Amino acid sequence: MKLRFLLPLALFGVIVAFLAVGLTRDPREVPSPLIDKPAPVFDLPQLAAADQRFTPESMKGRVWMLNVWASWCTACREEHPLLMELSKSKVIPLIGLNYKDQRPDALKTLARSGNPYQLSVHDLDGRVGINYGVYGVPETFLIDKNGVIRHKQIGPITAESWSQTILPLIEKLNQS
Amino acid sequence: MIPELGHFALILALCVSAVMGTLPLIGAQQKRQEWIALARPAAQALFFLVALSFASLAWSFLDNDFSVIYVAEHSNTMLPAIYRFGATWGGHEGSLLLWAFMLSGWSLAVAFFSRTLDDATVARVLAVLGLVSMGLLLFVLVTSNPFARQLPAENGRDLNPMLQDPGLVFHPTMLYMGYVGFAVAFAFAIAALIAGRLDAAWARWSRPWTTAAWVFLTLGIALGSKWAYYVLGWGGWWFWDPVENASFMPWLVGTALLHSLAVTEKRGAFKGWTVLLAIGAFSLSLLGTFLVRSGVLTSVHAFASDPRRGIFILLLLVVVVGASLTLFAWRAPKAAGGGSFGLFSRESLLLVGNVLLIVAAGSVLLGTLYPLFIDALNLGKLSVGPPYFNSVFVPVMVPVVALLAAVPLARWKNADFSDMARRLGWPAVAAVAAAAIVPGLMGGWTLLTVLGVFLATWVAGSTMVQLAPRLKSGMPPASFLGMQLAHLGVAVFIVGITLVGGYQEEKDVRMEPGDTVTVGGYPFKFIGVREVPGPNYTASRGEFEVSRGGKSLRLYPEKRNYFSSAMPMTEAAIDAGFIGDLYVSLGEPLEGQAWAVRVYYKPFVDWIWAGCVLMALGGLCVLSDRRYRASKRAAAAARESLERSAA
Repeated sequence: MKLRFLLPLALFGVIVAFLAVGLTRDPREVPSPLIDKPAPVFDLPQLAAADQRFTPESMKGRVWMLNVWASWCTACREEHPLLMELSKSKVIPLIGLNYKDQRPDALKTLARSGNPYQLSVHDLDGRVGINYGVYGVPETFLIDKNGVIRHKQIGPITAESWSQTILPLIEKLNQS
Repeated sequence: MIPELGHFALILALCVSAVMGTLPLIGAQQKRQEWIALARPAAQALFFLVALSFASLAWSFLDNDFSVIYVAEHSNTMLPAIYRFGATWGGHEGSLLLWAFMLSGWSLAVAFFSRTLDDATVARVLAVLGLVSMGLLLFVLVTSNPFARQLPAENGRDLNPMLQDPGLVFHPTMLYMGYVGFAVAFAFAIAALIAGRLDAAWARWSRPWTTAAWVFLTLGIALGSKWAYYVLGWGGWWFWDPVENASFMPWLVGTALLHSLAVTEKRGAFKGWTVLLAIGAFSLSLLGTFLVRSGVLTSVHAFASDPRRGIFILLLLVVVVGASLTLFAWRAPKAAGGGSFGLFSRESLLLVGNVLLIVAAGSVLLGTLYPLFIDALNLGKLSVGPPYFNSVFVPVMVPVVALLAAVPLARWKNADFSDMARRLGWPAVAAVAAAAIVPGLMGGWTLLTVLGVFLATWVAGSTMVQLAPRLKSGMPPASFLGMQLAHLGVAVFIVGITLVGGYQEEKDVRMEPGDTVTVGGYPFKFIGVREVPGPNYTASRGEFEVSRGGKSLRLYPEKRNYFSSAMPMTEAAIDAGFIGDLYVSLGEPLEGQAWAVRVYYKPFVDWIWAGCVLMALGGLCVLSDRRYRASKRAAAAARESLERSAA
């Protein structure tokens, strides 16, 4: 076997290695240009009750968090216990943005592992997600009393990021 | 009931494809006639079953069966029927089913049009196609079942407004026909490698299939470009978006394959290279599917979804391409080689052009995957945009186009340089003259416009120089005419991209009713905006008055708000013309009656798509050549060359 005939295979191997790594990454995980900008408006049906709708308008005057999640998202399971704690402690209202997900799958996930959200909205085709610059799931937006995005957590919220960054910021925003 | 029937047919199709992918292949190796004979009926059954499945899905859409999740997500009772039909492939699951449907269609065509081929070869080719079908059907059934149900059913969400356009019916179908069509050339190449016989006969059989796939792909890409031009409202015709690149890379490699096959058929040279290109063109089609369907890259097409799908397609890619390239490394060294030619000959020039096309495809591939590479190496996040592609792609393609004019004049084996130079004298003079004059008439010389006009005239002049003497002595063969037509298409295409790139004018203005803005010498008067109802949207329809060629005409750009979506859609209004388009699109409403308005003058922009259509017509013309009809004489010639190479 002549070596040069192996070249295409070798080249393909390299590309596949990169593609495989690429699958585990999120290509669009870049800092949000939306920080300190008003949160984009939307009007979506709620997950649990499709005939009721939710808009960020209704949260005016409160500091709240919008958490993007999906039943197919494995990284979301990582932050789930923390979200459950958070919802019990009632530190901050947590709204879920169920992103590109099937309603039955999403409801099943919540029923099985617990629902940390005050409510979730159903963004089936991910259009609202696009407006929020959502690239990967999970992502969390901290929104202040005036409806301005103050912080964006890319990937799961960890105990550290919660206690060091997010919680202090919430306390500051609540006082202002 | 109907969706379950479709699902069941799809499962049966998977079983049939498993049989079709294995038994005929083993039969061909072990010379078992009864297994070889399975190939054709299996291909027929596969087509019937996949077609049945596809029809079931289309029926569910037309019937508004919203208990099917896929239908509920992509359709709505208010959606016009033609879009409900098109919505069948408007999402991930359906477009994969379309892929499978087209593949089974191509397989059926091979089974049908291969009467003159020996049974063992047909069995091998169909088996390879069967294996590809199997992988794809498995993918559809395991990760992307379009027939999944939900209860209770509610009225569907709407089809993505971006897709509610006649383009949806034609663009994906043409594009997929092209993508999938390269599977046939791929199957022929793999079959030849398995049999250890890379010969002229193999090249002859592969050529028409490759040409047919290339014609579809050319039209599919052109349609997509035209669609983007009027639907996105930016007046651009190509964005170097990853999804566009995914279709363009197979086109570049497919173009190289077409030309390489010609050399292999006529001169018996480049065998290993041709096989590699056949594998490459289809591998890039698969890679394109991976890029589009796995969501590893950002794109305006934004199909990103379930990561399990990405893993599955990657596995499919590894199995199909990995196995083919391993087979290539193992078998090609023995079969390749042969066909000597001089340093300056049609072969060598074609090879140079071929290599340049692959370099171009490689640079597009690199630019498309670069963000992924950098991210995987933890070097940061970035995106690669049009500046990279334009600065790398154009310099590689310039010599390709320059060669394209000269190569058909070169003789096989040893070309006569002085004779070529003499015949190309006139085109060269004409090209220099045009490059000196035309940009001046259009509004100024720049490097790119001078170069573009030069190349276009050079190619067009060369086709004239070749056609004139041949036409004098009667009708030349269709394949010759087809080649010239396709090359002329390249010239027309270059005129389009050069002039629109160099001389388009655009204005972004705030207009109140009664205002007039002049762009490209044409005065556009804004009459006003009215609310107009549509079937599943309401539109703000603007009205503009333009006078062109002494006639006054009206343009009606729209801003549509679909009931199902928060994102307004832009429908540009275009007055297309031979020497340029007048293009108006509505931006945002401003205070009072005022609107932000985008007005463009796009000189010669339609030549871009006309060029593509000419290329495709050239391909069709080549296909109509008598040589490819299954005549007895052709069959005899093929068999003879088979025996010769076997001996």
